[in-house]
Amino acid sequence: MNYCLRCKVIVGGKASGKVLATKQPINFLSSVDPLTGMITDENHELCGNSVKKHVLVFPYAVGSSVGAYSIFALRSNHVSPLGIICTLKTDITTASGCAIANIPLLELCTDQVIPEIENFNEALVDGISGILQIKKV
Amino acid sequence: MFVRLSREEEDALDEKHGKATSLAYKILLAIGKATDAEKLIPVDWVHLSGVNYNTIGDAGVKFLREYSKGTRFRVPTTINPMGYDVQKQNNLSNNFKRSQIEIVKAYEKMGSIPSFSCIPYELFQLPDRGHNVSFAESNAAVIANLVFGLHTNKESSLSALASAVTGKTPYSDLRIESIRDPKIKVKIETKLDTELDYGLLGYFSGKSTKESCISFGKHTSNIDMYKTKSLAAALGTSGGCGMFSNKEVNGESISFGKEEEKSVMDELNTTESGDVIALGSPQLGTFELELLSDMINGKKFSKKCMIFCPRSIYEKACSSGIAQKLENAGGSLICDACTCLSPLLTNEEYDGVITNSVKAAHYLNKSNGVSVCLTDLKSIIRNYTR
Repeated sequence: MNYCLRCKVIVGGKASGKVLATKQPINFLSSVDPLTGMITDENHELCGNSVKKHVLVFPYAVGSSVGAYSIFALRSNHVSPLGIICTLKTDITTASGCAIANIPLLELCTDQVIPEIENFNEALVDGISGILQIKKV
Repeated sequence: MFVRLSREEEDALDEKHGKATSLAYKILLAIGKATDAEKLIPVDWVHLSGVNYNTIGDAGVKFLREYSKGTRFRVPTTINPMGYDVQKQNNLSNNFKRSQIEIVKAYEKMGSIPSFSCIPYELFQLPDRGHNVSFAESNAAVIANLVFGLHTNKESSLSALASAVTGKTPYSDLRIESIRDPKIKVKIETKLDTELDYGLLGYFSGKSTKESCISFGKHTSNIDMYKTKSLAAALGTSGGCGMFSNKEVNGESISFGKEEEKSVMDELNTTESGDVIALGSPQLGTFELELLSDMINGKKFSKKCMIFCPRSIYEKACSSGIAQKLENAGGSLICDACTCLSPLLTNEEYDGVITNSVKAAHYLNKSNGVSVCLTDLKSIIRNYTR
């Protein structure tokens, strides 16, 4: 079953790709390899997965302020997520990183029923009208 | 909610004052939307992270090379440590040094103060209490809010860069008085003694909340600067908190006891010992250098010991004789750089690093791939001096 979720648009643009979802926050500086996009932190549940060409769905970023450069580096190295969704709050690191990397960034509106967004479904990120569409595969 | 921009700010966003300024406003607008800001307000000081080549890499160098061509900072702007001490020998590659120098030159060109420090609050006369600043280094942001009564969010390298270029920031989150009241309290159910205990508390607490301000109640009302820095740095490493407070909270609370303390130790303490001691993250100030010198009390380190501090603190320590005492003990005082993501602490050169810094332990383990023996300063002195 497919469904749509309303979102606040932080950085505009459109993208689509497979979902890579987690309920754990991410420290972009220490947990993601900027050259490959691989999540390398053994204490993270997504360890071993790559953010490359996915729509990353996560609560918010934590830790280093340099994480903003890390997001930009992922983009420069062609291994960034195609779009990013913050599920709890959009932090300054993710917002500023996506702003210079031109990665569409949306935050889920909290006044709606949000089903669990599952990995490897197809996500359509519409950062013009503020809609995240999830297509089950 | 929309961020209301003035006519002048709209013009700047529309590239009427150049591309670099426009990009800075684009960043401010994104973080303004993210944090539900209504408007932009002026800031009086900026502290930037993103100076160490080991953290920002080639993408960062390329960005700064282009970006610095078209803009100058509008407010006093201090910068974080770089990768190494410019006045000391090291084995770093020419490529590393070339890239590092290019980063430093780019910041210089935009008008930064060459502080190379993550503790600007111990080096400079910052604006008066109640003023807005943009501090990207998370320990500095937490301490600016807590100790100096300044108002800053936990900025990113790029949001702070945008503030330096425009002199502005979105009015949101910890810049609003009511949000500076903690919404969540950590109930401390274990004895906190050493600076490491406070670091473990910070790391656990940062992980456990998404709130911007957290209370530790009376436990943090009279602690020294070493413990405060250890707590602030760890809090910023694991979470999104930009402030802690002593105010009581009638609401949500989380517990920090022996078990929670152990879980952080289990994650970060990854080896029994090491072949180098690294003291930093944050850099040591005069208080800690004096403390260290008193604790060593004429003995000598039995292992290589790197002590990271800002250059101006080092110069003071030279005048007071503290630096000589530490050097006589076999310590190496390293300026301009710091422990976390230091290219001087690689797994090729070291099997394990001994440190009392939870922040250093996080980045050494996860970014440098070096095992860490995490232990408090008293134990370091007891076990590794004679």
